Amino acid sequence: MHPAFSVIFLTTLIGAGQGLFLALYTSESYAAVKLLPVQSGAFYAWGSAISVVLLALGLITSFFHLGHPERAWRTATKWRTSWLSREVIVLPAVLGAIAVYGAIHALGWNLTIVGIDTGVSNDLTLIVGAGGVLLTFTLFLCTGMIYACIKFLQEWSTWLTPVNYLLLGTASGFALATVYASLFAPELVYFLGGWAIIILLAAFVTRSASLIRNARLKPKSSLQTAIGVRHQTMTQRSQGQMGGSYNTREYFHGAPMWVFRSIKWVFLVLVFPLPLILLSVGINEASFTVLSAAFVIQYLGLLAERWFFFAQANHPQNIYYQTIS
Amino acid sequence: MTQLALVIDLNVCVGCHACVTSCKEWNTSGMAGYMADDNPYDADPTGTFFNRVQTFEVGEYPCSETVHFPKSCLHCEDPPCVPVCPTGASYKREEDGIVLVDYDKCIGCKYCSWACPYGAREFDEHQKVMKKCTLCVDRIYDENIPEAERKPACVRACPTSARLYGDVHDPNSEVSIAIREAGGYQLMPEWGTNPANHYLPRRKTKIRIHEDELVRSDNPLKKETDRPVGPIDEPTLDDVTSW
Ligand code: SF4
Ligand code: SF4
Repeated sequence: MHPAFSVIFLTTLIGAGQGLFLALYTSESYAAVKLLPVQSGAFYAWGSAISVVLLALGLITSFFHLGHPERAWRTATKWRTSWLSREVIVLPAVLGAIAVYGAIHALGWNLTIVGIDTGVSNDLTLIVGAGGVLLTFTLFLCTGMIYACIKFLQEWSTWLTPVNYLLLGTASGFALATVYASLFAPELVYFLGGWAIIILLAAFVTRSASLIRNARLKPKSSLQTAIGVRHQTMTQRSQGQMGGSYNTREYFHGAPMWVFRSIKWVFLVLVFPLPLILLSVGINEASFTVLSAAFVIQYLGLLAERWFFFAQANHPQNIYYQTIS
Repeated sequence: MTQLALVIDLNVCVGCHACVTSCKEWNTSGMAGYMADDNPYDADPTGTFFNRVQTFEVGEYPCSETVHFPKSCLHCEDPPCVPVCPTGASYKREEDGIVLVDYDKCIGCKYCSWACPYGAREFDEHQKVMKKCTLCVDRIYDENIPEAERKPACVRACPTSARLYGDVHDPNSEVSIAIREAGGYQLMPEWGTNPANHYLPRRKTKIRIHEDELVRSDNPLKKETDRPVGPIDEPTLDDVTSW
């Protein structure tokens, strides 16, 4: 498939935003059971603000993908059948939930709803945050399923797709949270950085698993099934046009083969080992520079990863477009 | 329930592209239009088409055959392109099974074109909406044109009658009979889309004549004489007794 930059930015930005929120909420719930020092409301509020900005940026870039962005509200109508529609509903909901979560922290509403004695003085944020966490996971699922539900895009059609979206997004968000904590809550750096590394390792396992799976895929469709002629030797002699068409533009990545192959190694290095080293060094020194380098390098790697994710998917319609004439 | 569809006879198609041009001519000025062409006389010409004819060489020269293969939306009975549409712009009509795009609802997200395994949908860069074959829905029901002409433009244009049109759910329609009797098949059956359009395979038309059938060497049925009658208790069918 042709990787669209709007979708690459959308998925990586909201992934980081969602991950950052999960990291904030994790640290708050650990604080609630007195495993971590409690942070000020401002810490969570500003963190949520960053997360909201990332999600909003993702939402804005996604509009560049649409031919008629002014009709975008219509996308909320078919949530019964379409994962894309579900994502469009859940994304603003996540944004709203995180904004409310941050706002409660910012306003310092000390409301006790459940009333259990916890390390955190108000449990309203914990309850709103739990809703936000649920929505965040739903959003990861929707994003992944948009791709995984198309069964003939065999490279995508696996449960590994949503899992990779979840783990890669969360890893990048936790890395960002570590950077944030290194400035404003150094006592959390170990905790958040440690989780960033653990999630990164898990993501490495699942992303490699999907790469291995895709390398072994046997395409179910062939020229034989595509035109229904059972003969072993067939060649296309014309595709019905001499110039390009939507079919030749949208479904091929268009990059030279060496670029395609090297991007895979580029992202494998940028997403996994480099940030791993930088994170391990960074959390020991609580160094803002090293940690931000880890996050930025990983984000660039994730852009390459997403590009490769799209480029690798081989659409069966390409069988009809092998030779111009 | 009706399911209108095309049946395309690959045995007859000569690859003249008459269906392609008549499709474009009808639809560019109809309700599905317009179908813009960019740089038509320049380098990199491109444009929107609902139907294209491709050509494949089967076998190796000199033992090869040329197969011309017209390709358009197959109006699948279980279309994967429809449920993925977030706006409901893509829909399948209950009454006749035609799969259509509502240009006023489409937001141009291109998701449906990813979800069609045949690449039958094309995004229009000018109107910024998804377009595809409509089975000339604005023509087949038009009561202002003579009834015999209420057929898709491509079907009317085909000089060799390689394109049949009708209801594949009616067992006695021309298309159902052709599918049944000439071995009609669907494209990429492995994805369960159940395309309504069918293709008829290439066929070899042969009659086998043996040498002795050309010359009458004997009189196998002994027409000229009375045929012997066997004993009454033996079977009397001509082909089980031998006299
Ligand atoms: S051929 Fe493609 S566009 Fe047409 S109904 Fe089937 S899946 Fe949809
Ligand atoms: S491009 Fe239009 S018809 Fe296709 S899925 Fe998007 S909104 Fe629906």
